[in-house]
Amino acid sequence: MAGETHEAVHRHEPPKSFIRKYIFSLDHKVIGIQYIILALVAVLVGMTMSLLMRLNLSWPGTNWPILGTLFPGGAPDGMMTPEFYLSLVTMHGTIMVFFVLTTAPQGGFGNYFLPIQIGAEDMAFPVLNMLSFWVTFVGFIVILSAIFYSGAESTVGPIGGWTGYAPLSALKNAGPGQGLGMDLWIISIAIFCVGSLLGALNFITTLLNMRTRGMSLMRMPLTCWAWFTTAVLALLSFPVLLGAGILLFLDRNAGTSFFIPGGLYVTGLLSGVDDRFPLHTGGSPILWQHLFWFFGHPEVYIAILPGMGATSHILATFARKPVFGYRAMVFAIFAIGLLGFFVWGHHMFISGMSPYSAMTFSILTLSIGVPSAVKTFNWLGTLWGGRIRFTTAMLFAIGFVSLFVAGGITGLVLGQTSLDLPMHDTYFVTAHFHLVMGVASIFGMFAATYFWFPKMFGRFMSESLGKVHFWITFIGVYLIFVPMHTMGMVGMPRRFAQFTEYEFLSSLHPLVMLVSVAAIVTILVQILFYFNLVWSIFKGQKAPDNPWDATTLEWTTASPPPHDNFAGHLPVVYRGPYEFAVPGAPNDFVMQTEPEVVEQPIAVEGEGTSGNGDEGRKH
Amino acid sequence: MATRVGSTRPAKKQGISRGGPKVPGPNGKGPRGNGSRGEEDDGGSRRLSPKAYRLAMWIVLAAVVMMFAALSSVYIILSASNDWQPVSLPRMFFFSTGAILASSWTLHNARSSLKGGRPKRYRQWLAATLVLGLAFVASQLLAWRELVAEGLYLSSNPHSSFFYLFTGIHGVHLLGGIVGLLYLLFRFRKPERWLDPEGLDVSSGAVALYWHAMDVLWIWLFLLLLVWR
Amino acid sequence: MGRVLAVIIWVLTLGSVSLFFVRKWWFPEGITSHAPALDRQFLITIIIVGIAFVAAQVGLGYMVWKYRDTGDRARATYSHGSSRLEVIWTIVTAVVFIGLAVMGQSVWANLRFSQAPAGAFQVSVVAQQFQWNFHYSGKDGVVGRTDPRLIDDSSLNFIGLDYNDPNARDDAVHSVLAVPVNRPVELILRSKDVIHNIWVPQLRFKQDLVPGMVISVHFTPVRVGKYELACAELCGQLHYAMKSYLLVLPEEEHRALTELSQDDFQVQMTQLLAKYPLPPTP
Repeated sequence: MAGETHEAVHRHEPPKSFIRKYIFSLDHKVIGIQYIILALVAVLVGMTMSLLMRLNLSWPGTNWPILGTLFPGGAPDGMMTPEFYLSLVTMHGTIMVFFVLTTAPQGGFGNYFLPIQIGAEDMAFPVLNMLSFWVTFVGFIVILSAIFYSGAESTVGPIGGWTGYAPLSALKNAGPGQGLGMDLWIISIAIFCVGSLLGALNFITTLLNMRTRGMSLMRMPLTCWAWFTTAVLALLSFPVLLGAGILLFLDRNAGTSFFIPGGLYVTGLLSGVDDRFPLHTGGSPILWQHLFWFFGHPEVYIAILPGMGATSHILATFARKPVFGYRAMVFAIFAIGLLGFFVWGHHMFISGMSPYSAMTFSILTLSIGVPSAVKTFNWLGTLWGGRIRFTTAMLFAIGFVSLFVAGGITGLVLGQTSLDLPMHDTYFVTAHFHLVMGVASIFGMFAATYFWFPKMFGRFMSESLGKVHFWITFIGVYLIFVPMHTMGMVGMPRRFAQFTEYEFLSSLHPLVMLVSVAAIVTILVQILFYFNLVWSIFKGQKAPDNPWDATTLEWTTASPPPHDNFAGHLPVVYRGPYEFAVPGAPNDFVMQTEPEVVEQPIAVEGEGTSGNGDEGRKH
Repeated sequence: MATRVGSTRPAKKQGISRGGPKVPGPNGKGPRGNGSRGEEDDGGSRRLSPKAYRLAMWIVLAAVVMMFAALSSVYIILSASNDWQPVSLPRMFFFSTGAILASSWTLHNARSSLKGGRPKRYRQWLAATLVLGLAFVASQLLAWRELVAEGLYLSSNPHSSFFYLFTGIHGVHLLGGIVGLLYLLFRFRKPERWLDPEGLDVSSGAVALYWHAMDVLWIWLFLLLLVWR
Repeated sequence: MGRVLAVIIWVLTLGSVSLFFVRKWWFPEGITSHAPALDRQFLITIIIVGIAFVAAQVGLGYMVWKYRDTGDRARATYSHGSSRLEVIWTIVTAVVFIGLAVMGQSVWANLRFSQAPAGAFQVSVVAQQFQWNFHYSGKDGVVGRTDPRLIDDSSLNFIGLDYNDPNARDDAVHSVLAVPVNRPVELILRSKDVIHNIWVPQLRFKQDLVPGMVISVHFTPVRVGKYELACAELCGQLHYAMKSYLLVLPEEEHRALTELSQDDFQVQMTQLLAKYPLPPTP
């Protein structure tokens, strides 16, 4: 600390050059926006793929001329081949889970708002932060190249679903879709793991070390708790996937046998008979599933926890009421995160795993329902007695609660070992996880976008466009995913390129068409959202610094915030994050930075300060 | 790799701003937000406390441990398979184990010299650590040659795969530690750097933590390969 | 806006629930001895789930309707929650959810914690991309030796059956699974290449076939008929077309079939497949 001088207030001058400012920026806000842009591009790709999948399922055998041009291998003459469909399944899942549901909530909004909400000027390690984005970006380029790669032996991208079960994914000769595309898939995921780990390191260190004065842990907004827990989950689960990915890559390219057992006979070749299929022995396919799901289940919570955080935050703000049971909410987040590490086996009830372990996993799985239900009750409790303002952000947050219940509750069916017997790998599962981890998380992000947009760009998004977007999307996703449950009950299997082969699926045709039409409409409505985003950046109504009368630190600074967030004056925090409707206060919200004012009735003073978890004023 | 390099970065030289207005401390009821920051430091600063760097290194190690836990469990599960053919340990492994144990000792001495204010001694011990580290890497490569001489390659059988896998992935991680040692040797070569003893302590502390962890990790892998066959 | 949202939430809830309630699209009728118990467990679960779903959505709609900002500038209730309520709903949900989980284990335990009962009809199943091979032991009740090195696709020896083994002489291999009614069936599952999954919706039953593993499962079919059999684990390009049939035959008919040698077996199987219709689709 020797030789330091007292510097002026504005110490951190923003970089001047375009490249340092917008491309290789060290500013967490720019990096956050970069992540969001990446997710917006990725979700467009993923959505287009789901559109193609629905077209193929509803109108099999149709010629779509443009596809023939884009994918001469996968859709010759514009007609999708089954392997092309499966490749779309794989890419859709991988892109959505990794590059949308993991990047936007955490890398995007987390990066932008975690430092501001805890009163820090930046992340702890800005260079690492920049690296984590660019590493993730490279991962995205690699995964995109996977689908366009048409090698000599393979006409389509990887086939394996986002789970990439070995030995299908480990055997180069197991048919189209196991060529170079699969290697690129593994490489992309490995790169993504590294990027996420860098991010997680940054999030945890920042949160634990860079909170401003007065920002005790229990005064943090619930969003921060969610991002923190997510970072811990990522830190502990991504290394396992990375390790598994290395083993899978070695199995494919170095002739090892971690996931490949002996004596395989694949597409006319016996393992070890000649060079085209080297000898494999002693591996275990189930091992891949254990490693994958050890990562995969926490990954589900990585996707949804930030959405839960944003929802709690936004519900309190627009209900003009403190979050109901702040402390319980924090414990519930932790309980979900912790239990998330002990339930991976529920993906594997019928995999050949010991039936006794299956029973244990089943009971642990259903106990995750408890903290999830606690969160739901607390959201309803937050709305109870509120003065709800129906902004678009609030609509999406309420939509999140509705969809989280709708999607999460069927986990009680799937988590039971016996009920998994008919349900496993049917559309019931597809419906369940799309609603809860896909759509609900995305609703959380929509809510976050409409909510924080004024802070990020100093302008509002169009509320009228936003509301149209909400209504159609909300009704649309119900129409898409609720019928899928009944499809699954009839027995429609996932990952089928066509349903034409089976008599017992024929009765489902009207539902298949309904889902496809609803999906097409819902996807088209998203154009409105993209338009609204871009238009509002330039033409939106100008927003003040605290347009929503909110209480947390991000609303104390300018919109958009200056390079070092608080223009050199770090805020000091005096109270909990959701002090709305405090009796006796001049406004119906009290900022976290507002110092205690000694008023006449001291009795009122004493209680509201530590805030959270109090039972409110009853006397 | 980048994780490590970044987190061993010394604290920023920018120092602490006292430019902000003096603000009253928070109400006595609420705990202070950030325990690691000095009392006088309320204007805000990007400088992280030494504790933060140590914490960051622990976080890195948590990730590394998770990965090796995963690989170790793969090893333990596959060792129960019928096709498992135990391979005897290359003798070079004993030498490399000795080298890395010794390197932890020299690094410990380096840290003591630093605390005792003997910069020259510190650099000597550091150099010794580096040499031992390189010797470790070299002996791991020689162990590979030993395996190759016996006709055991990466894909020969499940057990032999793990010899290459464990040493390879551990080696890659260890190279990160070697980069850290080189950094310490060169970054603090000039005497004026010693004016920032805290920064030096932070970076050498982080590198030492990482290095010792790699040592412990190797012992674990070594015992796994030796005992669990 | 609040009222519109409340109504939409309620309408969507009603629509979702009625989709289950009308039972137009429902499980096909179960044909195994464990199906009724499983269906009952499903019904209990879906009723509890339904009640929780409706309660939460109706509650959400109610909050949204009742507590909308009416512009009268009144303030919200200042409350940070209630520890008592938190404790109550944590305990209630824990009891219900874990109770469900425990109840859900009984069917599972009956099916999976025990070996197949003595006297079960055994079939050895070998799955491959994209075809099912059911290996019947024939009259002697012992399946012949198989060896992956003997697999020869050109002579249709897909499972590598060793014809020199005396036990193999009366064996039959066919792509259709034929089992007797009212008798426990034990499937011994293997895969030649990647993971497959044997699945017949009417069986209420599903199991992966994992290469390198031999997995034994059992069930008891109780209704004669022909049912579609599918692969339910992504196994590659033609996964969707890896189709076969399950024939549940009367005891006599089944015995007659399995005592036939390979060629007659094929002929008889073709006749049986034609004889039994698929269950009608609703």
